Amino acid sequence: MDKHTTEENIMPQQGLTRRDFIKTSTGVALAAGTGLSLFGQAPAFAQARELHILEWSSFVKPADVETDRQAAEFGKQEGIKVRVEHINANDLNARATAAVESGAGPDLIRLLSNGPHLYAKGLIDHGELIQEVGGEDIYPALRDAVHVDGVYRGVPYFSGGGAYVYRRDIFDEAGAAAPQTWDDFMTVGTKVKELGYPIGQSLGHSFGDPPGFCYTFLWSFGGSLTDENGKVSIDSQATRDSIAYLKEFWVKACDEGGLAWDDTSNNRAFLGGTISCTLNGASIYFIPKRNWTEKKDPFVWTLFHFLSPEGRAGRFHTFTGQNSCIMTYSKVQSAAKNYIRFIHKDENFEKFFVINNGYVKGVVPKWDKHPLWSWDPALTPYRDLANYGKHYGYPGPYDRHASEAWSKYILVDLYARAAKGESADSVIKWAESELKNIYG
Amino acid sequence: MKRSSVSITDTEAADRSQGAEARLRQLASRKSRVPLLEREHVLGYLLLAPALFLIIVFMAYPFGLGIWFSLTSKFVGDPGEFIGLENFFKNFRSQIFRQAAWNTVFFTTMATIFKTILGMWLALILNRKFRFSRFTRAAVLLPFIVPTVLSTLAWLWMFDATFSVFNWVINWFWQLDISVFDVVIKPAWRGRVRINWLGDPALAMFSIILVNIWRGVPFFAISFLAGLQTVPQDLYDAGSIDGANGWQRFWGITLPMIKPIVVVVVVFSIVVTFADFQLVYALTRGGPHNSTHLFATLAFQLGMQSGNLGEGAAVALFMLPFLAILILWQLLYLRKEEGA
Repeated sequence: MDKHTTEENIMPQQGLTRRDFIKTSTGVALAAGTGLSLFGQAPAFAQARELHILEWSSFVKPADVETDRQAAEFGKQEGIKVRVEHINANDLNARATAAVESGAGPDLIRLLSNGPHLYAKGLIDHGELIQEVGGEDIYPALRDAVHVDGVYRGVPYFSGGGAYVYRRDIFDEAGAAAPQTWDDFMTVGTKVKELGYPIGQSLGHSFGDPPGFCYTFLWSFGGSLTDENGKVSIDSQATRDSIAYLKEFWVKACDEGGLAWDDTSNNRAFLGGTISCTLNGASIYFIPKRNWTEKKDPFVWTLFHFLSPEGRAGRFHTFTGQNSCIMTYSKVQSAAKNYIRFIHKDENFEKFFVINNGYVKGVVPKWDKHPLWSWDPALTPYRDLANYGKHYGYPGPYDRHASEAWSKYILVDLYARAAKGESADSVIKWAESELKNIYG
Repeated sequence: MKRSSVSITDTEAADRSQGAEARLRQLASRKSRVPLLEREHVLGYLLLAPALFLIIVFMAYPFGLGIWFSLTSKFVGDPGEFIGLENFFKNFRSQIFRQAAWNTVFFTTMATIFKTILGMWLALILNRKFRFSRFTRAAVLLPFIVPTVLSTLAWLWMFDATFSVFNWVINWFWQLDISVFDVVIKPAWRGRVRINWLGDPALAMFSIILVNIWRGVPFFAISFLAGLQTVPQDLYDAGSIDGANGWQRFWGITLPMIKPIVVVVVVFSIVVTFADFQLVYALTRGGPHNSTHLFATLAFQLGMQSGNLGEGAAVALFMLPFLAILILWQLLYLRKEEGA
């Protein structure tokens, strides 16, 4: 049958025909589409002013509760709805990238470390706020993290770092005290591993503990990824010495499962009673301490902390902040600025600081004098972190290259490969080539 | 059509040609009277438009953007400049990238081989009639239905360096003293076994392949099962009469009959496995020391976590030639099968 005959044979139909339906529905869809694209948003009556804050999910859960409470309190004062979203710290960067690229998302993101260097183009100038919350008093390592090409792209909210938590009962059994130097640590570690309670150190791909250990370890041997000018300097005798030490340390003193650990694994291993010492924030200590007042858990009385051991170049800690950063696309920038002012008020920050119980530090030195540090002597070492604190770019600039090297886990993988038996020459050659690829 | 043997004069020919033209004009004028939407070529394209719109907006545009990003120094929030193939060269210079490329090929090959073999085996079993066979067929799909990230988190616990349930079971068995009538079959071994599932490069790769197989086998099995059920019983009966054993029936009848389905399923699975992300991201994030990084996880790390969108896009684009060749081959194969 010819197609024209087919067309001619179509009988007129009653009611809505297929064609009519298509005509009508296409018209409706076009109208709706045009409306939305013209106005770019839903009608105003469906909108309410909202401040959306995105931050990590803290290892100290009551701290998240306090953050949410303060946000709600601020919301009432400011007459705005405040929503705080807590996500895994490892996923913050991906969310920030998506937000900056799409120009939509949270109004304020609490970026880790030197995140403001990565997302500078999507962040407003926070210069005025920086002066209000401390200005020159803010620790230099934290200021560098938000200072991008002469402009402050965020405001450090709090800082933190790791110290070594250890079980004094096991150390006593081994006849050992908290080590002061890496040589001491080798001796102590060997003894506790022989007792079946090794040192636990993560060398996996995770944001906190693995780089926190590797960077400070290298620095204390006198090595670094780059020099002051950002020129790659990983191929040094200091790096070789640190690798030789680590290879021996890993076998003699450490739990070799650490290669697969993330930031939560050592917490679980420690609290599960399989290791006697690990580099961590104070979060491990808090779990048994929750029952402190009732003295239910005698385990807590055996827990103490010590600072990173000294090497030939001194003692080092990584010291990084979490920075409140307002996005350029935010429609409630003024409310977001007021929120930052609100949480930095002494009475508000103190509540957050105290509920964290030593897990976080202030961004200016005055918080070191807070009586909190004497309430529990087990936590006092955390007070002194800033004295030894450096950022991940040290001794070079803390720019986006430093950030890329950090997020690619170059140094962590250097030590992880060495721990698995690869030669120092081979891993240094690998790391140098990767670093040159980053730093150019 | 049979050629006309009757000869015609030039005048007659001219008349006929005029007649044909008039007929054409008449047809054309009638066509213009047909409402726009009644014309097939208009309506056809109109009906195609929504699908085309979706493809352009959600596939072609991001794809074009990805290609553009890969040729620029695009950094998050910064449009970047055109730098040609520099991102690709930079990736080639990186050992992490070369390792990720090798990992991806190895991961895909091993996972697909095992998924095909185990899927076929499972399908042949499920194709038999047994009690609760319908229930079993439905239950087999479970690993495929559960969201990957959720099931992978369960695997993460099972592979945990300290509290692995696999290690617990092995240790429990290890310390058993198995004897039959005072004959020691296995003495109680001392010491603890600690298999570092996700901490050892080889074992970590084994672990992610294992989880991928666990997740993918049901899809293979159910697809193959659908194919198996279309094979006519007569062929098997004929084969049996000719004296073919089970193995010969499988090679000579089953496999050739369901080959098109096998090809489609395997190619589809290769594409999905090649671009796998969630499983590795949840289990190892590419560690230990990049031994489980795949193209997708590396692209994510570079683009989304480090902000180097140009470099990340270049990594992701490396997947394209492999997959394009594969899809092309599949298309040609299916066309050949249809023609045969």
